[in-house]
Amino acid sequence: MKRKPLTPYLFLVPACIILGAFIFYPLLQAVWMSFTDYNMISDPAFVGFENYKEIVEDDLFWKTLGQTFLYLIVVVPTLVILPIFLAILVNQKIKGIGFFRSAYYVPVVTSMVVVGITWKWVYADQGILNYLLESVGIIDGPVHWLTSPTSSIFAVMAVTVWKGLGYYMVIYLAGLQAIPSDLFEAADIDGANKWKQIFHITIPMLMPSIIIVTIMSSISAMKVFEEIYVMTGGGPLNSSKTLVFYIYQEAFEKLRMGYASAVGVILLLITLVLSIINLKVMSKKETAL
Amino acid sequence: MELTPTTTTAPTAVQKTKTKPRSNRKHRSPVQLFFMYLLLFIVMCLMVGPFLWLLSTALKSGHENIFAYPPSFIPQDITLSNFAKVMETFPFWRYLFNSTLVAVITVLLNIILCSLAAYPLARMKFRGKNLIFLLIISTMMIPFQLVMIPIYILSLELGLQNTYAGVILPHATTAFGIFLMRQAFLTVPYELEESARMDGCNSFQIWWKIIMPLVRPSVVTLAIFTFVMSWSDFLWPLIILNDESMYTLPLGVNALAGNFSANWRLIAAGSVLSVLPIIIFFILMQRHFIDGAMKGAVKG
Repeated sequence: MKRKPLTPYLFLVPACIILGAFIFYPLLQAVWMSFTDYNMISDPAFVGFENYKEIVEDDLFWKTLGQTFLYLIVVVPTLVILPIFLAILVNQKIKGIGFFRSAYYVPVVTSMVVVGITWKWVYADQGILNYLLESVGIIDGPVHWLTSPTSSIFAVMAVTVWKGLGYYMVIYLAGLQAIPSDLFEAADIDGANKWKQIFHITIPMLMPSIIIVTIMSSISAMKVFEEIYVMTGGGPLNSSKTLVFYIYQEAFEKLRMGYASAVGVILLLITLVLSIINLKVMSKKETAL
Repeated sequence: MELTPTTTTAPTAVQKTKTKPRSNRKHRSPVQLFFMYLLLFIVMCLMVGPFLWLLSTALKSGHENIFAYPPSFIPQDITLSNFAKVMETFPFWRYLFNSTLVAVITVLLNIILCSLAAYPLARMKFRGKNLIFLLIISTMMIPFQLVMIPIYILSLELGLQNTYAGVILPHATTAFGIFLMRQAFLTVPYELEESARMDGCNSFQIWWKIIMPLVRPSVVTLAIFTFVMSWSDFLWPLIILNDESMYTLPLGVNALAGNFSANWRLIAAGSVLSVLPIIIFFILMQRHFIDGAMKGAVKG
């Protein structure tokens, strides 16, 4: 019996309708809208590159773009490196380790809204963080973590990192368990200490996982929204606003759909360039090893 | 996980029986063990502590100063009155119903649509296969925040505002899901499919009756991933829903935090309530959560 040539396409149709209707069609529309002036009340009016011109001249755009990059530079390396050690820690075969693994994963399954509220409370002026830091003498007097323009974005970054740790830890854990144990046994016989083993066996062998984590964490760092929305609202003085938050406000608070779409197109271009750089750098590193 | 290292040293089996069965390739001194557990415990405090601090606040009674300095971690007299009070203004059951309905339908749609699409991509030859696969994977790069404006406008035109369908449909298929299922299908031996075809099954029956049952672990992974994603989704529901009776739990908690910005006891109680269902689900299914995430990672 011969398979009908149409069969594979029939399988693909439902998924393609969803992806087409909710990603590809909107993508084209967003690009088109970025050349229009549209406020959802009157019809969109074609304005050429007007929106892009305005963006380039908008100080707030540059500020949020800078803060988005700051976010990337701080959060991505932290989320690439820290979970490796966490994964090594929970990869020990000792009693009760499953309990600790699960405990570290709890922030991952909790919604960002609740995580944001929780940390807002931890960060409060009379909150537990200030108390702890004060009692060990790191600070004297409460720090206004979320309400000072110098610290707000870093305080939000810490929460992004904290929520992501468990997830990337599990990815590394999978990578660790795929490393053949005789490598470590051989190193033991050769007298290599734990740290040497980590840097000469574990990390090189984890390279595929490191690549995945780098790509995933940089894509998600570009999209940071909820923690900012819940904890600072982008403030104070726009100091914790990122590009995505800027898009949200322009579109859904000011109803400047065309302008917001143009910022969105810029975000897409940055994401694409970033992913390509990531892949290039990483594949070079991989062949070098 | 309890793998081969013990069996490779089989000749010393007699000695082995004397040591505890749990110990494996390295023997740790009690001091080492102590510091290891201490480290594990400290990290646990960092990861769970903030939630316990919130829970402690939710359990504090009205006459205890929650802004006391130094803060007290253990409530003086534990009370559930904050929970009772928050239930009056915070329709917890309604939000729980909305969240559950949205998450369950999103999961079911993803399982069916992603597996359907993944099946020919893994096991059939046809024109345009690579192009279609590439297009699907490329959607992972597109930030939702870019397409959400047109999706919002489209949803308004389709009358999807304040409907469950409006919340669900944009997430009914994910490239990640298609990719995951395709990887799973690739591992199933072809002989099974051929013998089923001899017996007169068509492609659809083979997919549903033969292949799908064989990739159940991947279906569980996909289900859990989608469930957590849908359960904690915030931005899209925030945009498409403005009728409070349609709110999901995260939106409800967000509204609660806005309405009672000064009353931290109630905000804490509402937040604790809203995470309870997913935490219970997680505790019951934790093995699947972690294993699933690991499997997704190896394949990713």
